[in-house]
Amino acid sequence: MAEHPVGQGTIALQQCHSRHASVSNDTRHDGSSGTYLPVEGCFIMATVTFDHATRIYPGTERPAVDALNLHIEDGEFLVLVGPSGCGKSTSLRMLAGLEDVNGGHIFIGERDVTDVQPKDRDIAMVFQNYALYPHMSVADNMGFALKIAGTPKAEIRQRVEEAAKILDLTEYLDRKPKALSGGQRQRVAMGRAIVRQPQVFLMDEPLSNLDAKLRVQTRTQIASLQRRLGVTTVYVTHDQTEALTMGDRIAVLNAGILQQVGTPREMYDKPANVFVAGFIGSPAMNIGTFTVTNGSVQVGAATLPIDRTIASNLDSNRVTLGFRPESLDVVDASTAGAFHVEVNLVEELGSDAYVYGSLKDDVATDLHAGSTDQLIVRINPRHVPEKGEIISVAIKPGQQHVFSATSGERLS
Amino acid sequence: MSTVAGAAGAARDKSEAVDALVSTPPEPKRTPSGINERARKAKARLSNPWASAIALIIALLWTIPTFGLLVTSVRPELDIRRSGWWTVFGDAFAGEGVFSMRNYEAALFGSSTNLISFFLNSFVITLPAVVIPITLALLAAYGFAWIDFKGRDILFVAVFALQIVPIQITLIPLLSLFVAADVNGSFWTIWLSHSAFALPLAIFLLHNFMKDIPASLVEAARVDGAGHVKIFFQVMMPLLTPAIAAFGIFQFLWVWNDLLVALVMGGPDTFPLTVRVAEMAGSRGGDWHVLSAGAFISMVIPLIVFLGLQRYFVRGLLAGSVKG
Repeated sequence: MAEHPVGQGTIALQQCHSRHASVSNDTRHDGSSGTYLPVEGCFIMATVTFDHATRIYPGTERPAVDALNLHIEDGEFLVLVGPSGCGKSTSLRMLAGLEDVNGGHIFIGERDVTDVQPKDRDIAMVFQNYALYPHMSVADNMGFALKIAGTPKAEIRQRVEEAAKILDLTEYLDRKPKALSGGQRQRVAMGRAIVRQPQVFLMDEPLSNLDAKLRVQTRTQIASLQRRLGVTTVYVTHDQTEALTMGDRIAVLNAGILQQVGTPREMYDKPANVFVAGFIGSPAMNIGTFTVTNGSVQVGAATLPIDRTIASNLDSNRVTLGFRPESLDVVDASTAGAFHVEVNLVEELGSDAYVYGSLKDDVATDLHAGSTDQLIVRINPRHVPEKGEIISVAIKPGQQHVFSATSGERLS
Repeated sequence: MSTVAGAAGAARDKSEAVDALVSTPPEPKRTPSGINERARKAKARLSNPWASAIALIIALLWTIPTFGLLVTSVRPELDIRRSGWWTVFGDAFAGEGVFSMRNYEAALFGSSTNLISFFLNSFVITLPAVVIPITLALLAAYGFAWIDFKGRDILFVAVFALQIVPIQITLIPLLSLFVAADVNGSFWTIWLSHSAFALPLAIFLLHNFMKDIPASLVEAARVDGAGHVKIFFQVMMPLLTPAIAAFGIFQFLWVWNDLLVALVMGGPDTFPLTVRVAEMAGSRGGDWHVLSAGAFISMVIPLIVFLGLQRYFVRGLLAGSVKG
């Protein structure tokens, strides 16, 4: 971008500075960059803070979002994930200003935006259905916000063209949205957000309308684009794979309540409660509730000891035990801690294979994994057992998760 | 056109237009066989010979009276009195001069029946009577559709319920109001009456069209920094063009062809074409050779309007906005 004439660069700088002045006292901008491109620092970024933010829809008792406390760092990519109806989209729309906040506050940077109109929040949003203006060309769609803000035409054109270059949309700038494919429309929606150079990007399931292959591809593109632009991003999805692959941190919501916030690794290794344990990971974790006798639990034929400090502090004589399909090793039947699984179905994925089976010698437990009431075991795809065969598996040391049977909170 | 027919027609058209708005764009790449199958079925249904024959007969029956009037309007007065219009074809075949434009001359320029000033009156009445209700209804519909306020639903139902009131009932109260306001005999009485009668349906129709525009489009515009005014003019209006054109045509035809309101509310200075055409028949119905020509003259403008605006009934204007 260095070949831009100096004059244009100056305009861009002034534009940036005026935005600084009006929005925050951020002085991170070094003033040396002479381009419109967000990549080189024209973006001013901001933290986002939810402070006991609550949303109660009129006519309902239960809050859709219940006292959400969440702090998102400058330039961070945070993914809000949860099952449908968990309040993740509502949280995002509260941040966008499209939903009222019935309690608590929301801050962007230092500024309390709880009662600020969406147009004054300096945010850009990518909608699930893209929400492109059908009567405008791609260029007009992307430049609409700038046009409303009264940006000079030449500058709009330039910023739109630069964003189009990033997103590979240059040759489609004069087309109407209806003449684009789904993936292209999705990129236009992204472009519309990028051109704005906002403080925060909000994305509401932007990939859910793409087909599976394109979704995986676009997922990587969005994540790398966000790293490149360095803009604080809040991303909503119901797909935990998307969450794990894209987010710097993940926030899991259920029934309007924040369950856990952490890096993908933390979420996977140390789920804070049974819900997070069952939600994160694919295929889902095997979870069952067992009775504790003499400091150990009986899983099928195996007697598994529970950590002494945990066992002595139980509020009931039951614990919930979780272990991931990939935490199970196929072992000899005689190995200590091995339990036996009758193979009902084998799912082969090439790189992996999963056995769906039922626990033998079961003493009336409800062992389940995700929505199936079967046990899932990851096995070597080169040595796949037959249907009906009985295999012996043991949990890898230290890879079991223990939760309270009453509260569902993590104990180990 | 009666109110009922107008409403029904409008409603029918509206539902078709809505279908067009919400119809999903075909995805031929993904399901080529499905599309072909559907196309084949649709073709089979549409090309049923019986249905075609019935449609043709209905169309013929519908057109014959108008066609007869057209033929009559170009026949000499004496011929009209002597024989029916259908005899004209035999006579024309026999080489007799059966057509003349004398009726049109008489209707347009005849000393007793000067249509030109009535023509002007029709225009003066119709244009504001179309523009006023559309403007007001657009604003009201936007409010009802996209601004959340207390009692919105009740108010909306109440507005549409006004459609139930027959306009004949309102004539005398309205007229006494106009007299009290000292505007009687001017064009204002006619403009205001037409606007009032049109508003409930206009608000209802435009509201439904606005509601069909995906909410995320409005939200995107709000996030993009647009206030209500900008959303209205830059997002809503372009998308509503078909709806506005559709309602515009209905309202234009209704006002242009209206006799009742113009006759009751207006005075001799404001009478439009319809009043004059009705008078043309003469008090004993003797002058109907002039009437036939006058009727066709008054029909020319609605025909032009319809043909000119019908291209706005474009289907699928929303295609590509949101994933469908």
